[in-house]
Amino acid sequence: MPTESNASLRDDTPRSVRFETQVLPYLDAAYNLAFWLARNPTDAQDVVQEAMLRALRYFESFHGGDARVWLLAIVRNTYYTMRNRAPQETLRDDWDDEAHPLVDEGPSPEALTLLAVDVGALQAALERLPSPLREMIVLRELEECSYKEIATITGQKIGTVMSRLARARERLKTELTCRPKEVRRHDVR
Amino acid sequence: MMCDDAGLLLHAYLDDELDAANSAAMARHLDTCATCKARYDTYTTMHKALAQPTLYHRAPDALRQHWHAASPTSAYTHVPPRRKAPVAVAMAAGFAGALLLSGPAWFQLLRPHGGADPIVAQVISGHVRSLQDQHLMDVVSTDQHTVKPWFEGKLDFSPRVKDLASEGFPLVGGRLDAIDGHSVAALVYKRRLHVINLYQWPMEGAASAQAVTQEHGYTVIRWNADGMRYIAISDVNEGDLKQFVLAFQNEAGAPPAH
Repeated sequence: MPTESNASLRDDTPRSVRFETQVLPYLDAAYNLAFWLARNPTDAQDVVQEAMLRALRYFESFHGGDARVWLLAIVRNTYYTMRNRAPQETLRDDWDDEAHPLVDEGPSPEALTLLAVDVGALQAALERLPSPLREMIVLRELEECSYKEIATITGQKIGTVMSRLARARERLKTELTCRPKEVRRHDVR
Repeated sequence: MMCDDAGLLLHAYLDDELDAANSAAMARHLDTCATCKARYDTYTTMHKALAQPTLYHRAPDALRQHWHAASPTSAYTHVPPRRKAPVAVAMAAGFAGALLLSGPAWFQLLRPHGGADPIVAQVISGHVRSLQDQHLMDVVSTDQHTVKPWFEGKLDFSPRVKDLASEGFPLVGGRLDAIDGHSVAALVYKRRLHVINLYQWPMEGAASAQAVTQEHGYTVIRWNADGMRYIAISDVNEGDLKQFVLAFQNEAGAPPAH
């Protein structure tokens, strides 16, 4: 769809028309990412509002390509700027590659099957992930981006995307199965 | 392949991101290693669970309205999905837009059909408008359980939404439209590369048989059932559209999920 609209819209088409047809269709995608980064609707709206203004301002620098990826990268940058901290600063030892090699703690698949269908548990578990892992799950599973698209949006190498996504899933599985009932130390809500 | 390698590649395999050689190696490994297979199944379960539509947070109406209203082109090119303007005005704007965009040929085509059913003309213009860039769908989903709830609060009735992928007519989304002064639900289906629009809105009256109309190369099929008016339109051949209508009616034979 985006390629078709790019092809049919010439440079002399008014900017507002191109913005509406190329960028506005991804408002839902922008909001979904903002929601999962901010974890509440009020902040998510602020992030999207600011991101859309930036997108409109920088639209001249967008020369075709995938408008969704372009917009999601802006949303992500806007969120971290508004939070006044780089995403890397939120990295913590507890999911670092070196500190925690991939290990399977082997929770029973049955427990996961039961929990995973419970949207509430899934939502809570996802919200507890650190944002660098959370955004991987959101972009891959909810937004269905390819590794290459995620790499472009987050400015990482594809190899990093791959290992981080693996870690994000491990962590999500652990959140879902290993400590379903007790109060979590990292429960920030 | 060793289990250590498989641990990481498992995810790329699940995401269909492996090259052919690695993909084949992974498949072989999963056939022989029960531990990795169990892990793979677990992540597949999680992957499917994460696809539940409630986890996807769509932009609130206020935000959408703000950005669509901010764009001066909306009124000319299509009916904004959630604007509160009177339906007739919105419809007129949309219809005028379709007329403008499709040019004088449109008037030529319409004139000899002055006596034709105005609803058919509206349906055709709605269909043509929907085929313009980005005007096809407000909600993009192949899941009837995403499309149906999307209409909630936007219409004063609950449209019947059925995925007919198994019949060769996959549901691809839905949007709001206006026909004959009614706010109507438009479901969008595909038949190969063709688009089928199915309009529906409540209408009193007994169930009626199909009425098939051919105009301007489009086939239009209208019928009433269960207090609803249905109109299907597409540029697929008449046989295909009849098959679509039959499939929808068959599926709809179950009690309404209202």
